[in-house]
Amino acid sequence: MRLIRTDWTIDDINPKLKQLLDTLFAEVPSGVGRGGLTRLSDSEMKEILAKGSKWSLEQGYGTKDDLATTEDYGSMKEADPECVSTTAIARGKPQLGTLGAGNHFLEIQAVDSVYDEKTAAAFGITGKGQVTVMVHCGSRGLGHQVASDYIRDMEKKYGFADIPDRELINAPFQSELGQKYFKAMCSGMNYAFANRQMIVHWIRDSFKKVMGSDDGMRQVYDVCHNIGKIEKHKVDGEMKELCVHRKGATRSFGPEREEVNELYRSTGQPVFIPGTMGTASYVLVGTNESEEKSWGSTAHGAGREMSRAEAIKRYRGETVARELEQRGILVKAASWKGIAEENIPAYKDVDEVCRVSNEAKLGKLVARLVPLGVVKG
Amino acid sequence: MKYEYLPHTADVKFKAYGKTLEEAFSNAAFALSNVMVETSKVEAVVKKDIEAEGEDLPSLLQQFLEQFIILLDTDNFFLSKIRKIKISNRKGKYSLSAVVMGDEARNYETIGPQVKACTYNSMFVKQEGPQWTVQVVIDI
Repeated sequence: MRLIRTDWTIDDINPKLKQLLDTLFAEVPSGVGRGGLTRLSDSEMKEILAKGSKWSLEQGYGTKDDLATTEDYGSMKEADPECVSTTAIARGKPQLGTLGAGNHFLEIQAVDSVYDEKTAAAFGITGKGQVTVMVHCGSRGLGHQVASDYIRDMEKKYGFADIPDRELINAPFQSELGQKYFKAMCSGMNYAFANRQMIVHWIRDSFKKVMGSDDGMRQVYDVCHNIGKIEKHKVDGEMKELCVHRKGATRSFGPEREEVNELYRSTGQPVFIPGTMGTASYVLVGTNESEEKSWGSTAHGAGREMSRAEAIKRYRGETVARELEQRGILVKAASWKGIAEENIPAYKDVDEVCRVSNEAKLGKLVARLVPLGVVKG
Repeated sequence: MKYEYLPHTADVKFKAYGKTLEEAFSNAAFALSNVMVETSKVEAVVKKDIEAEGEDLPSLLQQFLEQFIILLDTDNFFLSKIRKIKISNRKGKYSLSAVVMGDEARNYETIGPQVKACTYNSMFVKQEGPQWTVQVVIDI
């Protein structure tokens, strides 16, 4: 998940919103079976898996400041491309620089409320009406293949007779297979970093084409989710090194954690919780309390509460898009069915989710963002 | 009924049926592909050979279905027809070989999200009287 702040206001963007959305839709490949714009060799893929955003920067995608505001500076050192199968690499090759489909999105938003002015200012958020851009996508098919490959290997090595669900297969972290999987997962994170870095580059290109410049388009932060990370936490009063798995969760470290990028070490890390295409998304800041309560984690999204099949039965994509347009929100998607599936009532109330996160002190409210235009995969 | 989609909050769950194991596996491949595209509209112009192996029937099914996800990502392939499919069991190990036909995915309008993985979640393969039933949850 990535957020970019801009110097524009709603009034600057609104007259060109449709053109901007069309340009973004054309520049950032999305949807099922629509490949990326790059043609990569095996050796380039291995470099991407080893270096992450550093590779993207070397290729001219993005700026040094983008890396300074990316979790782990956009590059997992533990990554080892040799631990990633040729099938996973083959799946990743045509997808680099693509948004994908499902709940992945690219959204032009406006700041609607600021709850904590000081922290907002540190994040580059200046006030109501300011335009931001949010991107949600990850390691695409490559990450899924890494999981499939290692589930198979772990079953062979450790068996699955004692576990309630075969998806819960595991290996001791320090075992040879456990370490190999961790290195492969870190390679997947690097792929996701590089992927989002390229998309951000094309977002800037799109704004440059339509708005005439990309000045002021600074990345606020890039956070990972659905990952395992090695971190030190207090367990029964004693600091221990743990592997923290965050699935459906995002890191929410408070001030003074050494893992947090230097730029945000005094404030705590930025945290983003997106809603749906018709509701708000939130910027929060990580807390020291979350380190004690939830190993430094909070929710990574509103979370679905209606099945996709049910949403398709109840809503028509065309109608949903028209209703959103009447409220001033433009939607562009590769498939109408995709819009129906991601309709507002399919998700929990994001305002409530973030209120709870704030009250439980897992992440404190900084600003509320509302959608202006959405590209759905 | 060849297959039916079942309620699931975040992913897609389905059951597929067949008089033989092969038929149930084939129907599962169509249940998976029809999440993304209307397979009845896909032309049978490209041929692919599929091989899968498994220690047991669920792992064979998982690996078989995963081949369609991989073929879409790597070869831009959408399924149209399954020409041949044979499952055999030798010394407790299962193997599957199939010949499938389809076309380039980019030529077709997609109707839903991309299937990203075939999971083991709630998976079963069972024979009840004259009918085989398989249940699968796919990650989208």
